[in-house]
Amino acid sequence: MSDGRVGDTAEPGAHMSLVDAKGLSVRLGRQMVLSNVSLAIQPGEIVTIVGPNGSGKSTLLRSIIGAIRPEAGTLHLQPGLRIGYVPQKLQLDATLPMTVARFLALPKRPSPGAIVAALDEVGAGALARRQMADLSGGQFQRVLLARALLGRPQLLILDEATQGLDQPGSAAFYALIADIRARLECAVLMVSHELHVVMAASDRVICLNGHVCCEGAPAHVASAPEYRALFGSGTQGALALYRHDHDHAHDHGHDADCGHDHAPKQEAAQ
Amino acid sequence: MSLLDSFLIRAALAGVGVALAAAPLGCFVVWRRMAYFGEATAHAAILGVALSLALELPVFAGVLAVALIMAALISTLNGRGHSVDTLLGVLAHAALAIGLVAVSFLQGVRIDLMAYLFGDILAVGRTDLAVIWGGGACVLGLLAWRWSALLTATLNPDLAYASGINPKREEMVLTLALALVIAVAIKVVGVLLIAALLIIPAAAARPFAATPERMAVIATAIGVVSALGGLWVAYQSDTPTGPTIVCIAAVAFTVSSVVRGLRRLI
Repeated sequence: MSDGRVGDTAEPGAHMSLVDAKGLSVRLGRQMVLSNVSLAIQPGEIVTIVGPNGSGKSTLLRSIIGAIRPEAGTLHLQPGLRIGYVPQKLQLDATLPMTVARFLALPKRPSPGAIVAALDEVGAGALARRQMADLSGGQFQRVLLARALLGRPQLLILDEATQGLDQPGSAAFYALIADIRARLECAVLMVSHELHVVMAASDRVICLNGHVCCEGAPAHVASAPEYRALFGSGTQGALALYRHDHDHAHDHGHDADCGHDHAPKQEAAQ
Repeated sequence: MSLLDSFLIRAALAGVGVALAAAPLGCFVVWRRMAYFGEATAHAAILGVALSLALELPVFAGVLAVALIMAALISTLNGRGHSVDTLLGVLAHAALAIGLVAVSFLQGVRIDLMAYLFGDILAVGRTDLAVIWGGGACVLGLLAWRWSALLTATLNPDLAYASGINPKREEMVLTLALALVIAVAIKVVGVLLIAALLIIPAAAARPFAATPERMAVIATAIGVVSALGGLWVAYQSDTPTGPTIVCIAAVAFTVSSVVRGLRRLI
């Protein structure tokens, strides 16, 4: 398929991860954007990557889709893995005429029925004949999502898909993602800035800052000192919201690894 | 007497052949904002002419090679310190100037510089026709074969990667097609006006198209009409043919812009 990723070298007896990255390092120009990043995505789980600007979140996603060749490390995709990708933003040149239906038919033309079904799935059934340039931000994101769904993805990758949407708009979008995950049983890997919404919607959160700072269940990550060092304690309120919404215990033990300490130790974090 | 014995028929066929290849490619040039890239590559063609004459190679081969080298040079230098438009401005005019200087070194070879700068469609021979239609067919075939991949890569490189398309390869396809169009169009409109044949029909077609495919078809129609119309006007009023073709295309663009403006008002 494309260079930069190893797609068809399934190790015999390997686990069932859709994506398995080990010790990934990526350099863009002179800058080391990712160093020694390991992650695995299991079928059906929603994994969210959080991190400050420039922490390499998009770079990590772009490595997985094959747009960037890692400098070191291994990246295994499950053979034949179907990926649906929703980019961060899509700047359509004003000189390029493009209806929604034509956009969904790129690069492979599906049946007209499949296009209508994909649009219905994201609640954008009425948009097929509209020009992409005339869509609102929320409609545009739904159309991008519909295109990603057309290939019946096993892994849906979203790069800050709610950028430019207002609060209710992005909440609705994440609800739609959760709904689609439930229906298609696909895994979701997404990047987001909206910590509180995302935290509530994820099975697992990876906190990235050039390297994996910490990862695990949302509540665990939110209380990790590494996370606090990056995002401050301003997310405390959001965390409370999360806990309010999901009434389960927070003592997640240590199912996730927060191995190293680049942040000042905060023994009394909780 | 065969139909091709008439210089007017040959000129018409040459103009139509170039328009058929240039207009759909021109759509990509417009969508990807490569107008100045096309211009710089076209200007370099005069250097290709000088080299071919010096080395006694066919002009087509020399122009094709130099256009490809120029395109590669631009891609390599891009993003290394200078803004793109500065870079293209330097390269376009430097290439033209170097070409003109190189031509002046060609002693003993009588070369009609004007014919290469502005084209000489009325002097198109049977061999030229074969080159134009052969090259044009290659361009159309290339575009038809890669159409979906080219469009996807034009929309967004990451979207292309995620679909298993390498946008860099698609870019090379476009560069190759561009070099081919320049090599076949030089006889018809000359190096100075080739970019016009790429850009103007596509720009004029934009207001009337809802999909990329329709835009390509409408642009082709406008290109063909401009070529034939320009030839006719030039024959009637004894004006230089290449520039007249571009003038007709410019009129089409003006009309299309006015129609678009009126539509917005209503």
